[in-house]
Amino acid sequence: MSDIRQSWYEAGARERIAALVDSGSFAEFVGPERRETSPHLGIFDLPAQFDDGIVVGSATLDGTPILVAAQEGRFMGGAFGEVHGAKLTGLLRAAKALGRDVVIAFDTGGVRLQEANAGEIAIAEIMRAVVEARIAGVRVVGLIGGRAGCYGGGGLIAGCCSTLIVSEQGRISVTGPEVIETNMGVEEFDSRDRALVWRTMGGKHRTLIGGADVFVDDDAAAFRDAARAALAQSARPLSVRSAYPHSFALSEVEGLGSIDGASTSLSTNGGGSIDGASTSLSTNGGGSIGGASTSLSTNGGGSIDGASTAPSTNGSGERPGLDLDTLAAEQARLERRIARFGDAADATDIWQALGIDDPKAVPDMPATAFATLAAQYRESADDAR
Amino acid sequence: MEILHFDIAAPTPAGGTRAMALVGVVASGNLEVLVERSDTPDRCAIEISTAAHGFRDLWDAVVADFVGRRAAGGLRIAINDGGARPDTVSLRLAQGVRMIEEPEA
Repeated sequence: MSDIRQSWYEAGARERIAALVDSGSFAEFVGPERRETSPHLGIFDLPAQFDDGIVVGSATLDGTPILVAAQEGRFMGGAFGEVHGAKLTGLLRAAKALGRDVVIAFDTGGVRLQEANAGEIAIAEIMRAVVEARIAGVRVVGLIGGRAGCYGGGGLIAGCCSTLIVSEQGRISVTGPEVIETNMGVEEFDSRDRALVWRTMGGKHRTLIGGADVFVDDDAAAFRDAARAALAQSARPLSVRSAYPHSFALSEVEGLGSIDGASTSLSTNGGGSIDGASTSLSTNGGGSIGGASTSLSTNGGGSIDGASTAPSTNGSGERPGLDLDTLAAEQARLERRIARFGDAADATDIWQALGIDDPKAVPDMPATAFATLAAQYRESADDAR
Repeated sequence: MEILHFDIAAPTPAGGTRAMALVGVVASGNLEVLVERSDTPDRCAIEISTAAHGFRDLWDAVVADFVGRRAAGGLRIAINDGGARPDTVSLRLAQGVRMIEEPEA
């Protein structure tokens, strides 16, 4: 790799994988030569893509075997269709079976509307597969910095990940700017006001309110380094990791040793709440930004990441299970968050409430200065989304 | 969707040993080109899937120009078109042939 910085935002799915993993180590599963294309798009006289907009496979990162997926944001906005979703579900199930960590480069507007129910079901299946892989001790790291951002069901899946790495360009939400504007009016949200969009859903804001864990520059090498660091954390003993504010899923360590009965009940609980999340996504589709992101946090990230949150128990190094108590604690934490910030009219008000002296300067801050600031003022450091 | 097939004489066989190359993306004004090997070294087979109906003559001209200029013998090419202009198609075809000739990593 040369000294010239490669923009993650501008790169395609295959370029991102090439930048992420060890050179020559990538082996694709269900590659384009298999022609597993969408069975739905032709009905609408829309062209298919041979890989259905997602590249999945195995690779090594610094010699460690991982599984990796990258969405192609330029094809149908990176949206999830039936085949696209099945490839990611299969990868995550393989990760669970093989005990390999997964890196997912998100770049998606959500479900592909032409594939409606098949796409929605894919989201639910992926979320279940993420949780089941995590319970089995696999780390699932999400990278978000593409042109399509990470919206709709993609935002829900991201909420299930062990770690989210985001750049300023990355946007994370459920309801996208244009959907909000269409449903609520331009007075509520002007989707063409790019500063507003980035301030509300962009990587900096998500980092500050605890919706993303690691902030990086728009640089493929920075994403690679951050992914490497996030994966390396799993090797630490829990007592060491708990010293880190956003220590990851506890399942990595204890899940392996836990009795079968426990993990079965975990997956049942987890699965139930996941499906609930996807249902509430549909009904909240037209809601306000605050409403949408709250429901994401509560139903999507909250329940799932409950496993890794609960600050009170984290301190002692004990892992709370993904049980009702964890979910209740997480719910309470999110209620505190909405009580604290619910009346804020703009993200800058939230940043001010966090104690940042000059919130208006945040959008122009370079990545390293911002990361320093965020480390000091982040609203939550316990992985809640 | 209109499906076009071309199977034309290609005097110069493609180089390299790679089995497959993929360039481009199905997006507005763009296309993806999947290049694979066939067992007829003196022919080039191209299949195009496009939602823009009625441009067979234009595709014919672009494909003939491509086979005349590049070492395309023994290749089987599949295209998913997103409404690309002829110059973009020519560029992607040239990229595809170039990529399949590259030494394997």
